[in-house]
Amino acid sequence: MLSIKDLKVSINGKKILNGFNLEVKAGEVHAIMGPNGTGKSTLASVIAGREIFEVTGGEIIYKNQNLLALAPEIRAREGIFLGFQYPVEIPGVSITNFMKTAVNEHRKYKGLAPLTATEFLALMDEKKKLVELQTKLANRSVNEGFSGGEKKKNEIFQMAMLNPDLSILDETDSGLDIDALRIVANGVNKLKTKDNASIIITHYQRLLDYIVPDFVHVMYEGRIVKSGGKELALELEEKGYDWIKKELEEKSNL
Amino acid sequence: MEASKNNIIEEVTQGEYKYGFVTDIENDFAPTGLSEDTIRFISAKKNEPEFLLEYRLKAYRHWLTLEEPEWAHLHHPKINYQDIIFYAAPKKKEQLGSLDEVDPELIKTFEKLGISLNEQKMFTGVAVDAVIDSISVTTTFKETLAEKGIIFCSFSEAVKEHPDLVKKYMGSVVPYTDNFFATLNSAVFSDGSFCFIPKGVRCPIELSTYFRINAANTGQFERTLIVAEEDSYVSYMEGCTAPQRDENQLHAAIVEIVALENAEVKYSTVQNWYPGNKEGLGGIYNFVTKRGICKGNNSKISWTQVETGSAITWKYPSVILKGDNSIGEFYSVAVTNNFQQADTGSKMIHIGKNSKSTIISKGISAGKSNNSYRGLVKTTKSAVNARNFSQCDSLLLGDKCGAHTFPYIEVGNKSSVVEHEATTSKISDDQLFYCKQRGIDTESAIGLIVNGYAKEVLNKLPMEFAVEAQKLLSISLEGSVG
Repeated sequence: MLSIKDLKVSINGKKILNGFNLEVKAGEVHAIMGPNGTGKSTLASVIAGREIFEVTGGEIIYKNQNLLALAPEIRAREGIFLGFQYPVEIPGVSITNFMKTAVNEHRKYKGLAPLTATEFLALMDEKKKLVELQTKLANRSVNEGFSGGEKKKNEIFQMAMLNPDLSILDETDSGLDIDALRIVANGVNKLKTKDNASIIITHYQRLLDYIVPDFVHVMYEGRIVKSGGKELALELEEKGYDWIKKELEEKSNL
Repeated sequence: MEASKNNIIEEVTQGEYKYGFVTDIENDFAPTGLSEDTIRFISAKKNEPEFLLEYRLKAYRHWLTLEEPEWAHLHHPKINYQDIIFYAAPKKKEQLGSLDEVDPELIKTFEKLGISLNEQKMFTGVAVDAVIDSISVTTTFKETLAEKGIIFCSFSEAVKEHPDLVKKYMGSVVPYTDNFFATLNSAVFSDGSFCFIPKGVRCPIELSTYFRINAANTGQFERTLIVAEEDSYVSYMEGCTAPQRDENQLHAAIVEIVALENAEVKYSTVQNWYPGNKEGLGGIYNFVTKRGICKGNNSKISWTQVETGSAITWKYPSVILKGDNSIGEFYSVAVTNNFQQADTGSKMIHIGKNSKSTIISKGISAGKSNNSYRGLVKTTKSAVNARNFSQCDSLLLGDKCGAHTFPYIEVGNKSSVVEHEATTSKISDDQLFYCKQRGIDTESAIGLIVNGYAKEVLNKLPMEFAVEAQKLLSISLEGSVG
């Protein structure tokens, strides 16, 4: 589904991704872990098409297309969803109105007729239950005055509404209490099928207690330095990232 | 509602001023330029009574002593008033008895504008007075309204049929000496709408006037007079469009509202005169005086405006709060794009005890445009316990446009409370990216954000207008980013 080869990205001349490689197939869950400032969020932004980053090398192939040539809204309609680390507020625009616009844009792209008001509200109801999103929240402006937990629930709710093929969750667990974490993780698990894939970016192992990854990658200085199964996350939790750093230094000294 | 939402998106992706067509109608013109002869010509054309001709001539003579005001934050070449045709009327058959006798070209025009003058409007519950090149072409639902004693007709007809009412109220809120443009209007106005709601009557349907400038080199000078007697209510809507022309056209209108004891008048405008092209060529100069007086106790006047058109807008819908406990409201969204300029706001003059006023102004500037809020809140000595709340928000798109706020506050007694809040914001890249990541393209995202920003005002519009206004906001800002 997604193939990233030797990706090099910089911002204002500063290199952030430095030869990043990743293969994601349908049905897989990949966790990307690593210390602060190693380029995890940049990776998410570049896949989603944020213009401020400059891609200086490498390629991203998504569903056999050159992803980097597509506009961000086309990437979204092609099934890429980014759950933001810091979802932005849009005053005056209700979640209902926002989602109706988004869902119908996706449908138009696929050549489908827009949903009627009744169909749309039925879909909303179904997906709200998935993340235990309160109805009164759906009538409020997008993210305005939401608590950290509400913002993240709202992200997963939107993911459920748009039914993406590839979802990237950028530190969805940050700022969540244990109950919210469970609800968010449950939502993600229920949305998982054999046809879609997710990339979960996180600092901590604790999210991975709820969402079990098929692969865990450790990112350091702009690329993946170690990959393994879910047990790698536990090892990291126990030993910390210094262990990886040390291992790397030893390697380079050889 | 559902279908209209999707139309919005479609229309946003299409773009351009869509009312820019010209209808091929034969016109009766006055000779170009302004003189006492022009005024006599207009008055004679309209078979006016002597008192009106006198009123016009007094206004004209006063106008000669005035200078065009220059205090507004607006820039335009000097208007040559001798180059303007002050009167153009679609040639018509002797007497318009029914819609069948109206020029089919005219009917087509209004169909293009999406206004059906047929009784179909019955279902939407709107009575329409259509004014083209300053002349009222047709008014619907007159009979239905007449049963309740409501008068809704063209201004000319009111002059003939109800001269006493016209004499009593015309100029009572905006006197002919009021200001340069109002004085000009008082001299040369050609037609407009008249509305009278008798004591104790709640007007059951929305009343609406649709203004259209069609002929070239012509100014449009219409005046509207609304009188709401004791304990009455009316909601009134006004829409405007014009063809796309390279030269500037002048529009100088007057709207007067009188609300007697316990009466309520709600006046909504969606102003979409041709704004000129992307380089700033052409467009309407819109210099309008709108004022209402809450004459009786407990009366209420509410202005709601969505201003997206015109090359220049100069307009300050105001309320004189004379009655005790009277209420004045002003809700405005003003959008400027490309080279448009707007200097608009409101005046709230508190005279009555416990009078209350609210001003909510939302300015949106894009392109190389300039958007100014100018407002006066005044409480006189007699306005004990008067209250005002003003909120002026500006939203900027891009970095070449300007937003300005000029609030004037004059407090004449110790018990009144006047509050003013103002904010300025931009649509952030983060907001746009968030929308795009959900599959919403830039144009639609701006439409969505701007409509959200203006929601407080749009909510005040009657349903029929709200949908049109939402579309307009998105269309007006097309191409303003990226």
